[in-house]
Amino acid sequence: MPDRTTIEFSGLTKTFGAVKAVSDLTFTVEPGVVTGFLGPNGAGKTTSLRMLLGLVTPTSGTATFGGVAYRDLEKPLATVGTALEASSFHPGRSARKHLEVYAAAAALPTSRIEFVLGLVGLTPYADRRVGGFSMGMRQRLGLASALLGDPGVLVLDEPTNGLDPEGIRWMRGFLRSRAAEGRTVLVSSHVLSEVQQSVDRVVIISQGRAVFEGSLASLEGTSAVRVDARDQRSLRAALAVGGFEATPTDSGLLVPGATPEEIGRLALAAGIPLTLLAAQQSGLEDAFLALVSTDEKGVAA
Amino acid sequence: MIAAMRSEVLKLTSVRLWWVLLIILVGYVGFTAALLAGLFGAIGDQTGQAGAAQLPEEILPPIVYSTATAIGYVFPLILGALAVTSEFRYQTLTPTFLAQPRRGVVLGAKLVVLAIAGAVYGIGALVASVGLGAPVLGLMGVPTGLDVSDTWLLMARVVLAMALWAAIGVGLGTLIPNQIASIVIVLAFTQFLEPILRFGTSFVEWTAAVGRFLPGAASDALVGASVYTSLGVGSSTVEALEWWQGGLVLAAYGTVIAAAGAFTTWRRDVT
Repeated sequence: MPDRTTIEFSGLTKTFGAVKAVSDLTFTVEPGVVTGFLGPNGAGKTTSLRMLLGLVTPTSGTATFGGVAYRDLEKPLATVGTALEASSFHPGRSARKHLEVYAAAAALPTSRIEFVLGLVGLTPYADRRVGGFSMGMRQRLGLASALLGDPGVLVLDEPTNGLDPEGIRWMRGFLRSRAAEGRTVLVSSHVLSEVQQSVDRVVIISQGRAVFEGSLASLEGTSAVRVDARDQRSLRAALAVGGFEATPTDSGLLVPGATPEEIGRLALAAGIPLTLLAAQQSGLEDAFLALVSTDEKGVAA
Repeated sequence: MIAAMRSEVLKLTSVRLWWVLLIILVGYVGFTAALLAGLFGAIGDQTGQAGAAQLPEEILPPIVYSTATAIGYVFPLILGALAVTSEFRYQTLTPTFLAQPRRGVVLGAKLVVLAIAGAVYGIGALVASVGLGAPVLGLMGVPTGLDVSDTWLLMARVVLAMALWAAIGVGLGTLIPNQIASIVIVLAFTQFLEPILRFGTSFVEWTAAVGRFLPGAASDALVGASVYTSLGVGSSTVEALEWWQGGLVLAAYGTVIAAAGAFTTWRRDVT
């Protein structure tokens, strides 16, 4: 088993002309857990990962594997396994030959090729040209490439894109088991729901800046309560006393940052009979969207 | 470096392009060599009968055999350029640089491996030009020159020239990563621009002195024979480059172009 390696982003910044694609990104990815790297399309996820992998030169700041930049790794493929977009294949080359090319470049034993092909379930298609592959098969081949060197760190960009539900479930279990072995797993996605069952920690970026870093549970903790009463005005006044600001919606009031218990007590104290009191069920997704959209407003203001 | 070279060999041999181009090269060169051999043989017969001045018979085999480079050099050039531009086009630079983050090593390996591939093309082109040209010359009663060591030295220089052309192609692909632009430039320059420039510069002494440094002219000088130089205008008194000078000029083209690419597009962000 390879050494446990952390991924460290420190003040990472990239500007394209006048556009700041990534701005002062600082966070650490720990081994043993699956870390989700989330943000809407265009938030700077891919640029950040490409800087981490030495493909894009940062304007300032660093991104390293335990202090070592990717370009300085002695055995890059045996240290870090990477799957970026599923389009980096020559369409005229077979899956097996694709793996042979990069195994040769990294001086890895050819025995790994059959092994990783079997691991991702591509053995029956190994000698077909990649040009005829479906999106899901390309994703699997990308993952096979990432696993060639049996690396201690996995960096996967949108690995569930194009996978069918069965494939997504397989990927989920796969990432979990890798992390359980003590490996460091960083997975990017623009859809929280696709990774929420496989990640332990999340880093959320929006417009190139990190807006949240922590456990999924703590992200959920920032969720809201939906509450309603016949006398909405009195209810809002009562909530204001408790320091909560309620937003009217089509179905009652939405109170961010509250628990049902807190709201229930306030209503009881004010003697207001409630017609609805519920924790927001899709709190994770809402919290995610709130973080991402609040940020957009903040920038616009 | 060895690992990077093995990877480049696999890249080249794992797609169909290299042998498709080789088959076209062999067919094209073989056809042209046989045609020229037949034509020269026939001309030689007629002029002989008329008692007029004729092409000396001993220069015919080099002209026929050197069609391998004179018309075949564009094939290793394209192979070399495509070896680089296809990496940009199919975004395989990403896995390539992930497996070997030191980009200079990748470029060096490409130059060496493609030069070897160019040499293989040179051998293939010679099999065609000599394999078809020599029997036709024989039929026409012209000595084939295969018993002369100079002929075999010429063949060795053909192989060297083809190797250099492939390396120039790698440099060109690095400098101009757009696949279509790269191919258009190769074809426009080799099939149109350079022949016109060589023809145009050959009339006046000082332009002819410059014209012999054109890559195609340098290549012909390296090989020591070409259907262009032997039958071309050649009316000026400027002497062609020595074979080794031609080789150095060709190598200089490859080095300068590859270095220019290495310091520009090759260092850019891969997105």
